[in-house]
Amino acid sequence: MIETIRIKKGFDINLKGKAVKRIEEISPPETYALKPTDFIGIIRPKLMVKEGDTVQAGTPILFCKKNEKVKYVAPVSGEIAEIVRGEKRKLLEVRILADKDIKYAPAKKYSSSEINGLSKQDVARILCDQGIWPNIMQRPYGIIANPEDEPRDIFVSGYDSSPLAPDYDFIYQGQEQYIQTGIDILNKFVKGQLHLTVDADAEFSKVFSQLKNINLHKISGPHPAGNVGIQIHHIKPINKGDILWTTTPFGLAQIGKLFMEGKYEAEKVIALTGPEVKNPQYYKVRTGTSIKKILENNLLSDNIRVVSGNALTGEKIAKDGYLGFYHNQITVLEEGNKPVLLGWFKPTFKELSLHRALGLLSFLNPKKTEYNLNTNTRGDKRAFVLSGVFEKVLPMDIYPTNLFKAIITEDYDEMEALGIYEVIEEDVALCEFVDVSKHNIQQIVRDGIELLQNS
Amino acid sequence: MKFLEDLVNNLKPNFEKGGKFEKLYWVFEGFETFLFQMGTTTSGKGVHVRDAIDLKRLMITVVIAMVPATIFGMWNVGHQHFLAIGQEVGFWLKFWIGFKLVLPIIIVSYAVGLGIEFIFTSIKKHPIAEGFLVTGMLIPLVVPPTIPLWQVALATAFAVIIGKEVFGGTGMNIFNVALTARAFLYFAYPQEISGEIWTYFGDQVPIDSYSGATALAVAAATEGSSTVLGDFANAWQEGFYSLKNLFIGAVPGSIGETSTFMILIGAVILWLTRVGSGKIMFSVFVGAYIMGLIFNFFGANPYMEMPAHYHLVTGGLAFGAVFMATDPVTATQTETGKWIYGFFIGILTVLIRVLNPAYPEGIMLAILLMNTFAPLIDFYIVKANKKRRLQRATV
Repeated sequence: MIETIRIKKGFDINLKGKAVKRIEEISPPETYALKPTDFIGIIRPKLMVKEGDTVQAGTPILFCKKNEKVKYVAPVSGEIAEIVRGEKRKLLEVRILADKDIKYAPAKKYSSSEINGLSKQDVARILCDQGIWPNIMQRPYGIIANPEDEPRDIFVSGYDSSPLAPDYDFIYQGQEQYIQTGIDILNKFVKGQLHLTVDADAEFSKVFSQLKNINLHKISGPHPAGNVGIQIHHIKPINKGDILWTTTPFGLAQIGKLFMEGKYEAEKVIALTGPEVKNPQYYKVRTGTSIKKILENNLLSDNIRVVSGNALTGEKIAKDGYLGFYHNQITVLEEGNKPVLLGWFKPTFKELSLHRALGLLSFLNPKKTEYNLNTNTRGDKRAFVLSGVFEKVLPMDIYPTNLFKAIITEDYDEMEALGIYEVIEEDVALCEFVDVSKHNIQQIVRDGIELLQNS
Repeated sequence: MKFLEDLVNNLKPNFEKGGKFEKLYWVFEGFETFLFQMGTTTSGKGVHVRDAIDLKRLMITVVIAMVPATIFGMWNVGHQHFLAIGQEVGFWLKFWIGFKLVLPIIIVSYAVGLGIEFIFTSIKKHPIAEGFLVTGMLIPLVVPPTIPLWQVALATAFAVIIGKEVFGGTGMNIFNVALTARAFLYFAYPQEISGEIWTYFGDQVPIDSYSGATALAVAAATEGSSTVLGDFANAWQEGFYSLKNLFIGAVPGSIGETSTFMILIGAVILWLTRVGSGKIMFSVFVGAYIMGLIFNFFGANPYMEMPAHYHLVTGGLAFGAVFMATDPVTATQTETGKWIYGFFIGILTVLIRVLNPAYPEGIMLAILLMNTFAPLIDFYIVKANKKRRLQRATV
């Protein structure tokens, strides 16, 4: 019997545009991109290819000078079409013109007995060379893990509680054996255990329930219950000096495929979601895919924002932009760039709020009501007026207001004492959502993490 | 809608960099954001959707919670006036007299306060915070109806400048701004703010039997073998200081503080909307009641013997508990801290009332005192959290 962790704090943002469980076939896109900006912790990316080079799926494209072993590879085979740079020649995108038939860079296949015989060092080298390592993240800091560390535990979240998040049971169906191999391989690294947490409020996950060599947990409650950081906090919190790793079911499956099939497989199922999508549904794509064809003829209006990822933590991309490395969801929202007369005063049932101040009546709606939220900030930036609301949406034994203030004042000791090691951006995304004074809390937390990292 | 939008857009260049009124940009911004929810969108990274709340909605909710007490206060000013001169008139005439007296006080408070906010906003180049929406309403409710308007102006100016702006503006102040105004009046004009100031006579002469003393003044003046309840019962008019009348609030006092009933309606609004902390409100009442009981136990003088529940309906306790102590900027931030903070405000209020001979009301000083201690309470509660984290690490 698995004990259920119950959390009460948090908030479910029920947006319109949930993906229907059906995988829509589309013709493969022409271009793909690897975006160094997707990887937190990359400081000085070094290119290993130039425009005009041909690559195969799994060919290294760049590495970071800070950790040269970890390679970032091409998701598909084809020709390097364009290298996009921004201000100060910052590397933004490496675009690949894809072949019709994907050719894979050669890699060795391993039988399960061979896998058992591999040492930790061998595995680390293979994962780094083949471009799969960036799936493994380190806590504290939420950066790409260092292959030489020995993590205390490894945590995986078995579901996503973010707004309109894809259903893991649906997108990972049929991947059980790869995920199992991924678990067996990561078990070579860990001092303690591998932990995987599933949603206690849904049917016991078919994909994850049969897994072995892993500690299964159940968690119940509103978002951010599905965040791995929250799960770690309730299972075995991060302390000063600890190093933990986290990864995703996708990362586990990709590791499994590399060893079992001998190829870097970037294929994944993603959800196209959001209030501005005509037919929200799932698509089978590859990491870094151009989203142009997916959005074509599938949008309700023109004044929109395309987000790679979910509405709380994702990144704005162009309508013909590219899916982020870690994302398995696209959210399309209305751009809220129109002023509203006395908008701050108007009573409204349509706009979602955790609060119940004057005119905010959404709390009277049935729980299942779906909202069409746009990207308007709904108010302007003001000084922090404490309203005790951050505390209601962070299900951790942490005082968020005090932590944010410690970061703003750059007080290192306070940050550490107040628990900065336990959070990353996604854990405080709801604090940012509910903030009355409209601060960019996620950025504040990342700034704090960087301060500590570089201290 | 379109017309207003065009008007604002036409005026805007005058206030932007290089425009004629460049210095007043943030004042303009204040008005603009008041008129419109702007078309600003979330940044490309971080949350893409935001909660519909903003500071304006939060603040206006508090103002709305004060409306019942304000309306009742206006009526009561007229009611006390006609009681004093011995005339019986209808509801609307009473309300009208009060309205005529109270409205100028409200206007002066807002005009002076907002004027200063605009000046500071322009000098310091930061957006106008909506905090004064609440403060501007609180100040008129804690002063006597007969207060000269220049005193209102002076107190408001003092409170906004010394109480708030010197600390860096809304959100940074240590003391509750409205109470700073009240304290300023109390210490700067002690003579003017005591005695027969609670009732407006106009050019009329009060009837002989009338006494405009507040219940707390009567209680504090009780001496010798008589009891407070006995003195209450011997009021100039039968039932004037009865528990019921004190609860309803048809007694002399500051404009908004007399009616516990109307204030409780505001408390329910604040509690239901979660804008004000129910924990603080509740624990202030509990603290006051327990301190009342402790005094009952000793019973060394008639005031100490006054039944504890009378403390809850007299003076400004309810108003302070609901509208002043819950100010999120100056109260404790931690949830545990709110219980402690409120509880001590209650205790101190009754302590000051009963033991301090100079001034019959204690809630003002109690809240200001606890304002100073709020960060300390939080400090220890947060310290306990840090300790938990540290202990975990050594295991």
